[in-house]
Amino acid sequence: MSVRRFFTRLWRNRVGFIGFVIAAIVVLAALTGPWLAPYDPLAQAIRERFQGPSVKHLLGTDNFGRDTLSRILYGYRTSVLVSLGAVGIATIVGGTLGLLAAFWGGWRDRIIMRVMDVLLAFPIILLAIGVLAVLGPGAFNTGLAIGLVYTPVFARLARGPALTVLSWDYVAAARALGGGAGRVLGKHVAPNVMAPILVQVTLSLSTAILVEASLSFLGLGTQPPTPSLGLMLSESRGTMLLSPWVSVFSGAAILLASFGFNLFGDGLRDLLDPTLRDA
Amino acid sequence: MFQYLVRRLLDLVVVLFGVSLLVFAMVRFIPGDAVAIMLGANTDITPDRVEALRRQIGLDLPVYEQYWNWLKAALRGDLGTSIWTGTPVLQEITARLPATFEITFLALVLAIVLSFPLGVLAARARGTSGDVLVRVLTIIGLTLPSFWVGVLFLYFFSLYLPWWPAIGYVPFTTDPLGNLARVALPTVAVSLPMVAGLTRILRSGLLEVLSSDYVRTARAKGVGERGLFYKHALRNAMIPVITVVGVQLGYLLSGVVVIEQVFAIPGIGRLMLGAINERNYPLLQGVVLIVTAVFVVVNLLVDLAYAWIDPRVEYS
Repeated sequence: MSVRRFFTRLWRNRVGFIGFVIAAIVVLAALTGPWLAPYDPLAQAIRERFQGPSVKHLLGTDNFGRDTLSRILYGYRTSVLVSLGAVGIATIVGGTLGLLAAFWGGWRDRIIMRVMDVLLAFPIILLAIGVLAVLGPGAFNTGLAIGLVYTPVFARLARGPALTVLSWDYVAAARALGGGAGRVLGKHVAPNVMAPILVQVTLSLSTAILVEASLSFLGLGTQPPTPSLGLMLSESRGTMLLSPWVSVFSGAAILLASFGFNLFGDGLRDLLDPTLRDA
Repeated sequence: MFQYLVRRLLDLVVVLFGVSLLVFAMVRFIPGDAVAIMLGANTDITPDRVEALRRQIGLDLPVYEQYWNWLKAALRGDLGTSIWTGTPVLQEITARLPATFEITFLALVLAIVLSFPLGVLAARARGTSGDVLVRVLTIIGLTLPSFWVGVLFLYFFSLYLPWWPAIGYVPFTTDPLGNLARVALPTVAVSLPMVAGLTRILRSGLLEVLSSDYVRTARAKGVGERGLFYKHALRNAMIPVITVVGVQLGYLLSGVVVIEQVFAIPGIGRLMLGAINERNYPLLQGVVLIVTAVFVVVNLLVDLAYAWIDPRVEYS
């Protein structure tokens, strides 16, 4: 499907298009945050503490007089970068493992998929907390932890359709002609299993944002003073009666980002995977 | 069915073995000397004490022997003792499980109860202008950060219902009303995403069944719309709901672990955070192992229930 045709169809799928726009805005905000932010997210202004939303501070200020909007923009940067990194790791590692398992079959397939089953057996937050307990807190390690948690999802997702594609005559022929794993998988299999993976990437970004925020909220993810939405929400609780807007807006920002990606993924699924329509 | 059961049980053993390996390996992956990190800056610790702790955890043995000893003890219910308090880890965990499991269970029940009328409503909105609204609302629900909802609940309750005991936990057996009042807010907060998830699945299940051949046949035979919907469609649409309950439980439990922090509930989430802060690795290992084991077993039960309810499931 050409890019143009893709966008035409996305446009017709109104809901998915709105999701795409929100997700794009979130990513843009994350990338351009430092230029868009009206204030330094760490600059304390004691005289401007606990201010409600105004023209000067669109989303108000917190107990240190820091500008909420600027902090949210920088928070998006952490949130989106960590989530993109995590889902990127999971897609590449998990996808490759799934493809290889399908290609090899036999004992190597069994071992890979067993390990994936074991990873899937953990409730996600427990596995992520365990990994962070080992690696120590921080944004980078949070990305690694979430990446590990999502790896089996992509391995399973890639393996199933890959098995089908590998049984197609022309792919079997390519293999019989001596095509190795890299060539057969890269040239013939991967392009054919892309659609469900793309949908899953988008939906996983939506949940990864929530997991990152949860871990930062617990104090295990991004560490202060790096602005992070989960951390902001957590810190704002102490002064919630004086500046409720910090809690309201930081949580709403998490919701908006997660919502946008999920809506986009939902629309993508309609477009790319006709069998799953309405699922 | 029997063969299926045996095979699933074998799977369970293999997965639990893998889980135990990973949980065991956790401490070994910690960069540096785990014992030194555990003892931290405590200056009262003499080298003798360090050696004793090392032996107590068994770090002086070969790795496979360490694992074997650890596993044998774990199977007997001995997960070691908490480094600081000396209490058996199992005892600390069982003291914290009720709060977490209570909220998880109540949230599950609440989600199932609420999602049925909502799913039916959503399916009925099919093809109307309400369709888009349903879709957007369910996705908002799915992506709602429950810890944020919890924080907002706390804010509104402290402003408008300051007498409500919003924070903390008392066991149901000590004070039933006090218990329910305290778990109500976290339960509602964590169940919202699941309500949305189940509503969505029930809706699509209903729509699929309603367009199936046998429903058309029933309609042709003169079964009324109400009978069609509730007797023929709803029952079959429930099946996919059951299959996802297992997966959803994982998300639900994750939500509870985080929300405990909002409402100061002494459950396993707070236990884990405490264990991380004091570098109490045996306790952390114990929590991850036990909760995951319970989770895996519950998932198996859900799968078996599914196989039992839906005769079409193939046991191959």
